[in-house]
Amino acid sequence: MSLVHEIDYGTPRSKSAKQVTLTVDGQKVTVPEGTSIMRAAMQMGTQIPKLCATDMVDAFGSCRLCLVEIEGRAGTPASCTTPIAPGMVVKTQTERLRQLRRGVMELYISDHPLDCLTCSANGDCELQDMAGAVGLRGVRYGYEGENHVFAKQGGAANPSWLPEDESNPYFTYDPSKCIVCSRCVRACEEVQGTFALTIAGRGFDSRVSPGMQESFLGSECVSCGACVQACPTATLNEKKVIEIGKPEHSVVTTCAYCGVGCSFKAEMRGEELVRMVPYKNGEANRGHSCVKGRFAWGYATHKERILKPMIRAKVTDPWKEVSWEEAINRAACEFKRIQAKYGKDSVGGITSSRCTNEETFLVQKLIRAAFGNNNVDTCARVCHSPTGYGLGQTYGTSAGTQNFDSVEDSDVIIVIGANPAAAHPVFASRMKKRLRQGAKLIVIDPRRTELVKSAHIMADYHLSLLPGTNVAMLTAFAHVVVTEKLYDERFIRERCDWDEFQHWADFVSSPQNSPEAVAKISGVPAEQICGAARLYATGGNGAIYYGLGVTEHSQGTTAVMAIANLAMATGNIGRPGVGVNPLRGQNNVQGSCDMGSFPHELSGYRHISLDEPRHLFEKDWGVTLDKEPGLRIPNMLDAAIDGTFKGIYIQGEDILQSDPDTKHVSAGLEAMECVVVQDLFLNETARFAHVFLPGSTFLEKNGTFTNAERRVQLVRKVMSPKNGYEDWEITCLLSKALGYEMNYGHPSEIMDEIARLTPGFANVSFKMLEERGSVQWPCNDKAPNGSPIMHVNGFVRGKGKFIVTEYIPTDEKIGPRFPLLLTTGRILSQYNVGAQTRRTANSIWHEEDRLEIHPHDAEQRGVRDGDWVRLASRSGETTLRALITDRVAPGVVYTTFHHPDTQANVITTDYSDWATNCPEYKVTAVQVSPSNGPSRWQQEYEEFSRETRRIAHTEAAE
Amino acid sequence: MSSSEDAPHDTGNKLVYMANQIGTFFKSQDADTAPAKIAEHIAKFWDPRMRRAIVAYLDSGGAGLDPAARQAVETLRASIPRS
Ligand code: SF4
Ligand code: SF4
Ligand code: SF4
Ligand code: FES
Repeated sequence: MSLVHEIDYGTPRSKSAKQVTLTVDGQKVTVPEGTSIMRAAMQMGTQIPKLCATDMVDAFGSCRLCLVEIEGRAGTPASCTTPIAPGMVVKTQTERLRQLRRGVMELYISDHPLDCLTCSANGDCELQDMAGAVGLRGVRYGYEGENHVFAKQGGAANPSWLPEDESNPYFTYDPSKCIVCSRCVRACEEVQGTFALTIAGRGFDSRVSPGMQESFLGSECVSCGACVQACPTATLNEKKVIEIGKPEHSVVTTCAYCGVGCSFKAEMRGEELVRMVPYKNGEANRGHSCVKGRFAWGYATHKERILKPMIRAKVTDPWKEVSWEEAINRAACEFKRIQAKYGKDSVGGITSSRCTNEETFLVQKLIRAAFGNNNVDTCARVCHSPTGYGLGQTYGTSAGTQNFDSVEDSDVIIVIGANPAAAHPVFASRMKKRLRQGAKLIVIDPRRTELVKSAHIMADYHLSLLPGTNVAMLTAFAHVVVTEKLYDERFIRERCDWDEFQHWADFVSSPQNSPEAVAKISGVPAEQICGAARLYATGGNGAIYYGLGVTEHSQGTTAVMAIANLAMATGNIGRPGVGVNPLRGQNNVQGSCDMGSFPHELSGYRHISLDEPRHLFEKDWGVTLDKEPGLRIPNMLDAAIDGTFKGIYIQGEDILQSDPDTKHVSAGLEAMECVVVQDLFLNETARFAHVFLPGSTFLEKNGTFTNAERRVQLVRKVMSPKNGYEDWEITCLLSKALGYEMNYGHPSEIMDEIARLTPGFANVSFKMLEERGSVQWPCNDKAPNGSPIMHVNGFVRGKGKFIVTEYIPTDEKIGPRFPLLLTTGRILSQYNVGAQTRRTANSIWHEEDRLEIHPHDAEQRGVRDGDWVRLASRSGETTLRALITDRVAPGVVYTTFHHPDTQANVITTDYSDWATNCPEYKVTAVQVSPSNGPSRWQQEYEEFSRETRRIAHTEAAE
Repeated sequence: MSSSEDAPHDTGNKLVYMANQIGTFFKSQDADTAPAKIAEHIAKFWDPRMRRAIVAYLDSGGAGLDPAARQAVETLRASIPRS
């Protein structure tokens, strides 16, 4: 194995379709118009020396190392900033160029430390490479004069010297090694879009500076790592590389955090991970990353990770470490005993959206085939199940319609109930790039998210509506579109049912759906609603991106339908730049849904009651399947409390922390006789567990993840599982112990089975993914190369279906006791319930969950910034510290749910979406009052938590 | 349940709440077809024990069930497998 090598072409690819031919060093080369000479040369394999150019950012032309000679032109132009022209004749190496380049390098080296041998970038430094490339053999100038290299100059402090900045937990900035090429500055602007870095000063005094001469940690920097990647020297360098040394081999794999699905090179030294570097060929991220995937993988080796199986008779007992065999047998015996006593339907399981497709598929197979019922569900229940039902009804498939690249062709972007800068950072960077090029932006969100106003971006409309009024708002948009005749009649007649459209048009045109009426409900002025609706309908390619702020409502499904209606009515479906795009949270939420994790459907979204698909599975699996739908997560908990559901197998989910109404969840878990948790850590749910099976990380397994754009990508094992088994192997062991054998030698065989049984995956295989890198489903004989964009020649269901979306206010209402509306969300550096990110240095950016409250509401209650406050709802109460900000409107408060201490879900109610039971996280009526510290519930919980996490360490006889 | 101030906790009431919630959507589509659509939705997404429970609830009076939902639950009986 060796390092996966990526070519740096020096400047970005030109998108022009027109080809131009020129001659470089006597060879003819044909490239797209607009390509730089540097890139053209590299394309034929000639690397022109360069320092300030790299293909992730636009050329700047400052180092003067890449000079070339062009026939018929005077001087020596920089090849990075000079575009090619037809018939151009270029020479990249002449005596004159050699002299010039040596002179340039000599100057650079004369102000650079010569500690190459002990430098962390030794062997991975472009300055070093270029010194070699230009044949530099000596430096005529000494360090006696002005320099940036030494702290002291002739005994006195050197005013030009700056100390190292180690404030960022993951990388260092050593100004003495900086060559001021500005690659980092451009990467931060162009790739990441944060504009945290500038070049301060001029000439010899110019320095890279985060913000206004701040430290990296104190600046706007979000630690995405783009600057570190861009830096040609050791100036910006990963601390891990400094600590461990240069990696020697690398493996391409997929990030296990969010639904963007960034592709990374895991750079290794033996089985030790040195760093994760975003992979340019990754089609989801195109070489970019965020702090989580790039840096926050330390949890994989965190000391709290559990590596041995454990059992206990009662949840109040301490855990006892046992062999795998004993733990698996205990779980299997318990499930069998429970089924014998309480009936076949008294057990079930939960698949994980953090595990691979193959692992998810096996868990649902175990439940359907070995348990013999359909009591399987997944965490997508609590996030995007309304997307499945809503888009399924209107378009015929639950899939998001676009790929991420599509955003580059959008003219108007609506972001509703989503905060991509925090939850889907790399996609947000790509969206921001398009916005900086001039696309228009409409943000519909109760809170002023980062996107509304950030560096060089300003939303054209921010409709700050009251939580719970999405359906009214979207229907008002439709009202404007229909009554002002802004709809696309040709599209509708061609692709939708015209009668249904008219029925719908009548409904949306009624006065109760007018912007004026909705202004009263939502608190957004009618003119703003009209303006935004007109912009979307008439501004060119219109794309809608939405998140959990749409789905996690009692009308979540209806809101998804309203979005689908709007896109159909305006003809914004079926080509690049448009579409309806659910931004899915966890890395494999899409996959876990595709793989048949829902109790009513088999993989590929086929209802369990349909004979044809069910018989297909029965034949393949050699069992008879139950044709009745099983229980969904909230139903399982209800049934547990009622005494008809007694045992559960949970792979890689923490329902106690992530599901609403914590007290209800704990009551359900407490009522069960056998709870088996398979995870990396003793998570919150595990406190009610009887068997704990240690899981493996994404670094320790092979498989696939499917990201939010339906892209199936390989996850590759880079180290052996510290716990002994990959998660799919554990499921096989359990299934076998239950009496149903599963025999797979490798996850690729599981994928073959998925492909055999799932029409949309028919042509997917590991071999194909090895060759292509990734593919977007459906991928079968009809779409052998996959499907970047859906519904291109018509809707999957045939005719697009317009559905009436009447606004029905939630029953969760404010009143005198609970006068404020709480809505919840997440932040960039932490991930979901935080089990992983809290166990990394990312906590430096988010030590605790805070309650955002408007200054007006805070003042009324005598709450000051940073005070402890009591947050109470009809379900329960908790305490946390207040953060006073006008990001939220008066009457609305907001918090995240990353920390178990806060237990924000003690507050949320168990109201849920009418169609899918997706919980209503986004609206809870609450009261806020000053408090002295943690609530009694939090203290008791803390106590109980310690109690249930004890492990009685025995000297294992291994 | 003391009043609408409280979240729908106890399972019987919760099923009624869910059935009515489904009913509200389908009534907004078309009042005539609503009962059939509600029944179809419930048969598709509720496991047999939940269906059995709501039918039993109807048999014991069915207080709180909205008329369309009530009609739907009537027709559910046939879809429930014998256990
Ligand atoms: S890490 Fe990212 S955000 Fe921070 S300075 Fe570098 S490019 Fe900018
Ligand atoms: S820090 Fe690195 S990328 Fe930035 S200007 Fe200095 S050498 Fe160039
Ligand atoms: S967390 Fe998401 S955006 Fe960040 S690197 Fe991973 S996949 Fe990419
Ligand atoms: S690489 Fe062209 S001027 Fe620096």
